[in-house]
Amino acid sequence: MSSSARPDDFPIVVEGLTTAFGDHVIHRDLDLKVRRGEILGVVGGSGTGKSVLMRSIIGLQPVEHGNIEVLGEAIVGEHADDEIDIRSRWGVLFQGGALFSTLTVAENIEVPLREFYPEISPALRREIARYKVMLSGLPDEAADKYPSELSGGMKKRAGLARALAMDPELLFLDEPTAGLDPIGAAAFDKLTRELQETLGNTVFLITHDLDTLYEICDRVAVLADKRVIAVGTIPELLALDHPWIQEYFNGPRGRAASAARSRAKAMDKSADRGA
Amino acid sequence: MREWADFTIAESEDGTRNVVLSGPLVVSSVGQLDAALRGTDERFARIDLSQVEEVDTIGAWTVWRLARETGADITGASDKAQRLIAAIHRNELDEPDHAKGGAILSPEGLVASTGRAVIAYFDGMVKFLSFLGALISALATLIRHPGRMRWTSLVRQFDLVGVRALPIIGLMSFLVGIVIAQQGAVQLEQFGAEIYTINLTGRLSFRELGVLMTAIMVAGRSGSSFAAQLGTMKLTEEIDAMRTIGVSPMEALVVPRVLACTFMMMVLGFYAAILSIIGGAFISMYLLDIPFWTFLTRIQEVVPDHDLWVGLIKGPVFGLIIAMAGCYQGMQVEGNSEQVGLKTTIAVVQAIFAVIVLDAFFAVFFTEVGWG
Repeated sequence: MSSSARPDDFPIVVEGLTTAFGDHVIHRDLDLKVRRGEILGVVGGSGTGKSVLMRSIIGLQPVEHGNIEVLGEAIVGEHADDEIDIRSRWGVLFQGGALFSTLTVAENIEVPLREFYPEISPALRREIARYKVMLSGLPDEAADKYPSELSGGMKKRAGLARALAMDPELLFLDEPTAGLDPIGAAAFDKLTRELQETLGNTVFLITHDLDTLYEICDRVAVLADKRVIAVGTIPELLALDHPWIQEYFNGPRGRAASAARSRAKAMDKSADRGA
Repeated sequence: MREWADFTIAESEDGTRNVVLSGPLVVSSVGQLDAALRGTDERFARIDLSQVEEVDTIGAWTVWRLARETGADITGASDKAQRLIAAIHRNELDEPDHAKGGAILSPEGLVASTGRAVIAYFDGMVKFLSFLGALISALATLIRHPGRMRWTSLVRQFDLVGVRALPIIGLMSFLVGIVIAQQGAVQLEQFGAEIYTINLTGRLSFRELGVLMTAIMVAGRSGSSFAAQLGTMKLTEEIDAMRTIGVSPMEALVVPRVLACTFMMMVLGFYAAILSIIGGAFISMYLLDIPFWTFLTRIQEVVPDHDLWVGLIKGPVFGLIIAMAGCYQGMQVEGNSEQVGLKTTIAVVQAIFAVIVLDAFFAVFFTEVGWG
């Protein structure tokens, strides 16, 4: 877990990845390296294969060719149900939450713990589950509710709590703020950032939410033309003269998010001065 | 090998007792430590973390809980451990966990659960009646406005329920016919009456077995698929979506299935009876030396017309029951995926049970009205 101890500073390395559904090629020769301890935002138009990329990295999607290494282990060529060890070191939040509908939120969180560490006593497991529920910003009573009794935003938080159950080194979030109201989305962003700062994990975050990109992402990877066309901070990306990137960040929504960001900064500064 | 977190209890000069934790304090290693220290009555002055190599939230939680339980101070924590423990402190859980569920086997519990079961039973009856009412009103609407009938959907259900069931029901009935004829022949031979095998096979196939076996097969094939389909659509809110668009789920989903199943059960029951007789004729050829065509000609002579009618009346009634059980149970699915499985099972069991009860009723009824 400590940041400088490992020789590999790239927990996720994707090289020359090609994926396809039948004749329909999704990625061609895609390269991507994710740095340890960063929040990497992944953006791209609909259908550019952001989710497919995530699924490839976590080994759910068959790969035509290319190499994927996660935490130093090869993913390509492994069977989807193998490599138990590495699976205990990442947490995944799927788009819809993907909670087990027959289990309560607490039981959902206990599933990975029970699976990987059966020696943990039921009492401790239960405490951990409740703690993770709190950590993800859900009210305490949500622990004993079933997913069908939760709102969309609460499902996302519950999904995040399950993803965090094992204190993963790697956290994959697939559109965490999609479908949340602006206040809920901002709170979720803050939560992601806080957790990342507390736990020091690496976050792979797929999003369409420009506010999220401006607020919490250290770097942003842009998917277009079947590959990652650029990775960098938002100012770095804006310096590139790619039409899609320009349109994405300089469209009306992009400008609004950027303006909101600078307003917030200005307010922070004036608050500092006032104090 | 996994490394486990370990602890030693040391007594310091001033007489206080301290716990010294060592090794990694992470999710993979705290299980045994927690088991050993949980619920201890001892009081400790300090929990020393200076020999801890690594810590995560779960390790931090274990330490924090131990500190709270034993009233100890935490010392020697690394930056990261301090940060994690502080984070727990911020979100502190105030009350201890409440135990889930009450006593189940107490007398009160028994009375309560009996009461709940009775209420649920009548609740279910009311729901089923309202389903029946909705179905009848949907049918009435469709009779008044035939243009709203979903013909495509109906034809598709004819195909799914009827046409695609032909091979399996045919094979099953053929084998059943063989069994009736063969077993009948063995018994009747003892009286020298093996020629009555033809009567036995023909009448039993038309009146009882053809339609009954078909009903069981259709309940397993189509009743279950109705329940699972509608249940899944209910879960994914497709049925709600239909309602908002102004499409009545009753008209679009239930009516075509019920009509298809009712009509197809009649046809399939007849088809099954024919195949069963062919099976009987086939085995009699070898066993009793009755030529195939003679067997079939004799059938026409010994099977009265009303036997055919008995089968043709029972078939649609059974089909109606199967389709209604499937659709009704499917529409009752709520909440989670387990419900889909549960309701599908209930649909099939209820349908087969109702079919057999009704079959017994029909047997007595038709004999009483002189169709014996």
